[in-house]
Amino acid sequence: MRELIWLIPLIPLLSSVSLMLAGSRLPRLLIGVAGVGSVGLAALLTLATGLDFIANPEPFQLTLWTWMQVGSFAPGVAFYFDGLTLVMMSVITGVGFLIHLFSTEFMERDESYARYFAYLNMFVAAMLVLVMADNLLLLYLGWEGVGVCSYLLVGFWYQNSANGQAARKAFIVTRIGDTAMALGLFLLFTELGTLDIQAMVGTANETWQVGDNVALIACLLLLAGAVGKSAQLPLHTWLPDAMAGPTPVSALIHAATMVTAGVYLIARTHGLFLLAPDAMMAVAVIGIATTLMAAFTALMQSDIKRILAYSTISQIGYMFLALGVGAWTAGIFHLMTHAFFKALLFLGSGAIIHCLHHEHNIFKMGGLRTRMPVTFWSFMIGSAALAALPMTSGFFSKDQILLQAYQMPGMGPWLWLAGLLGALLTAIYSFRLVFVVFFGAAKTEPDKDTGWRMALPLTVLCGLSLIGGYFIIPVQDVFPVGSGDHPAHWVEYVSISVPLFGVLLAYLIFHTGQLKVDSLVNSRIGQTLRQFWLSGWGIDWLYDRLFVRPYYALSGMLKSEPVDAIYGLIVAINQTFNHWLSAAQTGRMRWYIVSMVFGLVVLLTLALQISPEVL
Amino acid sequence: MLEITLFYVAATVALVATVLAMTRTNAIHALIYLIVSLLAVAVIFFLIGAPFAAALEIVIYAGAIMVLFVFVIMMLNLGEKGDQQERQWLLPKIWAGPALLAAVLFAELLYVISTVEGPVSTTAVSAKEVGLALFGPYVLAVEIASMLLLAGLVGSFHLGRRYLERDGFDDGSEK
Amino acid sequence: MDGLNIPLNHILLVSSLLFAIGMMGLMIRRNIIFILMSLEVMLNSAALAFVAAGAHWGQPDGQIVFMLILTVAAAEVAVGLGLVLQVQKRFKTLDMDHANRMRG
Repeated sequence: MRELIWLIPLIPLLSSVSLMLAGSRLPRLLIGVAGVGSVGLAALLTLATGLDFIANPEPFQLTLWTWMQVGSFAPGVAFYFDGLTLVMMSVITGVGFLIHLFSTEFMERDESYARYFAYLNMFVAAMLVLVMADNLLLLYLGWEGVGVCSYLLVGFWYQNSANGQAARKAFIVTRIGDTAMALGLFLLFTELGTLDIQAMVGTANETWQVGDNVALIACLLLLAGAVGKSAQLPLHTWLPDAMAGPTPVSALIHAATMVTAGVYLIARTHGLFLLAPDAMMAVAVIGIATTLMAAFTALMQSDIKRILAYSTISQIGYMFLALGVGAWTAGIFHLMTHAFFKALLFLGSGAIIHCLHHEHNIFKMGGLRTRMPVTFWSFMIGSAALAALPMTSGFFSKDQILLQAYQMPGMGPWLWLAGLLGALLTAIYSFRLVFVVFFGAAKTEPDKDTGWRMALPLTVLCGLSLIGGYFIIPVQDVFPVGSGDHPAHWVEYVSISVPLFGVLLAYLIFHTGQLKVDSLVNSRIGQTLRQFWLSGWGIDWLYDRLFVRPYYALSGMLKSEPVDAIYGLIVAINQTFNHWLSAAQTGRMRWYIVSMVFGLVVLLTLALQISPEVL
Repeated sequence: MLEITLFYVAATVALVATVLAMTRTNAIHALIYLIVSLLAVAVIFFLIGAPFAAALEIVIYAGAIMVLFVFVIMMLNLGEKGDQQERQWLLPKIWAGPALLAAVLFAELLYVISTVEGPVSTTAVSAKEVGLALFGPYVLAVEIASMLLLAGLVGSFHLGRRYLERDGFDDGSEK
Repeated sequence: MDGLNIPLNHILLVSSLLFAIGMMGLMIRRNIIFILMSLEVMLNSAALAFVAAGAHWGQPDGQIVFMLILTVAAAEVAVGLGLVLQVQKRFKTLDMDHANRMRG
């Protein structure tokens, strides 16, 4: 099986290319079969490889060919396969397959059916290349590939210019991080002489002491790339806008896979980050700050997809926190469970949006519990997992993160407290969503319930969200083993009870209405805070003032071409002389004759002055 | 001495005739004075031992070229109106500046030729010598001159034909 | 023909005067016919200088250049008078100040 893993990204890629070339002429059924089938095939191959790997857990490397050779720089098109790769591939192909299946119903009325699946398949292929790459350059290829697909899919409904705007924003903001990451790759190559990840980490351990400055800079540059891709502070602003794309795209790219690429990158290069404790601290701080910021913002949103988008940012913040405190396994575990329950939530919201004629505002929904039972239970289970209620998958992963954060020496307890606050907010906003949308009075009438192609993925993901916590991910050989101590029991009890308290609060406020918060919200401070959080802490506004407007001002200034003014001056001088000289062109023959005679006289005088002896 | 006297007389006639030619308002009058001037120059040619040049001056310059002028002036039929116009144009404020320039140039030429000394040759250069030189070392110049005349022929034919073909003869006067 | 004692510089003086007068006419006249006449005078004065110089050395070259000048004058007058006809036709006047379309 192991020699065939190159087929896994190739199959979706081939499907994508053929759909691009011939898609518009194919019948819809065939497009769907190709789109879903290719990813399904990849998932089956992944499953087979995974079983093989679990039976014989030996990482292996597969070099297909040398990509390019420039001096000592010879990155290959080579794949590396270990437990981490397996986890990522399973998530990508497994969740990807379910989302593809869901898409066949969600997009069934769309004109650009083939284009949609072409992009989505290409995304899967690029994402697989990203996680399977043996060297950072190939990883970067996949990294940019998913960026392009994200751009194409966010702007999928390009007829609406706002979608194009959102796509450009997503592309440009992530490009900032990508540029930093490219610089990091350059630095790593100059310092270590290779980009093969395993060899590189080995060389780094020989070259650098713990706390080396170059290692710190390299790690911070990689972190910048991860921050851009994973929508963390301060480069998170693109993700809420990226919800302009079709909802299954949001589920696949902007919740389950691509946005976690940053987490994967840091986990993959954890050998470097261990050499730079300050960089790890930066990861943890960015993670927790993002978690809180996004959670507060999610609490105020009324667009169902934006709530989920901020929730995703917040949950990836948890993953960063985990990476930052060295809880690598917990971080990847949360990545996986999050892929399950967030895909579930997004697909559920997709089902709602699909059945409610593209209604996004949760306050215009309500009472959907009885009308859309499958979706209701999906949301219940997804929200429970998101809020980390006991026995759901999210509980296991988030609990591990919080406990390991608590154990971190130094500021551990503070990170834990902040994480708890985040967990409380998560519980409140996720169940606010559930209570507002599914309980209460019905405000709209869905014209149908979900079909089987929507219900099946939802059901499977429900199961995964519930039992995902019992999976044991085979990464014990990839990451260094933690201390294994357990903190005091009260820490664990608090961690468990806080989300429950959050659900209770949401129940009291949004369902029974027993807890009146209107006066608090309507107070002046409440209103100000509400506006502040609703706008995502004003960060978009800040960036607008800080970067966009100065850039526009600068372009406006440069539009008049101040540098060209120098050349313009030369032109102006010439034109002035031209005016003077052309004034001499009177068009009168006598004037010309007199001028010529005058010139003759002057020349003759000069000649006589200079050399009278020639005469 | 007779020849020297003749030379000064001829020179005076040439200069006076030219000045008159340049200041006439009637084109035909000016042309007649010009012909007189050319004839006077032909006399000078004859006196300085260039009889062939003198003959050419009379035959071609004063004859052919000036007749060409006469024909054209006749075709244009300028009349009395043209005379008045010319008179208005010949005001002192118009010719003062050019006169100054011409005087300066003349002074400079004078200064230049003041260094020249000696009389002209005592022996005349006959037509035979001229012919030998012309078809000896200067044969190429003859060819070039013939080309020039051909070009002049073609050019004037072209200009004149268009003039006659377009809308026939037009003297510019109201009809 | 006996040797004569006409001083060369007197002939050249006459030639210069003719040239200056011709140029004067060229500058002050607006009628194209007179302009052409002035040109003839100037050419003629140059020819006179050449012939005089040739006579000074007793060589035929001066007369040959005179003949070349004669050709130039003939060709120039032929084309020039053709132009006069065109000017008259287009501008309905011979005043060259009206033919000022080349004004810059």
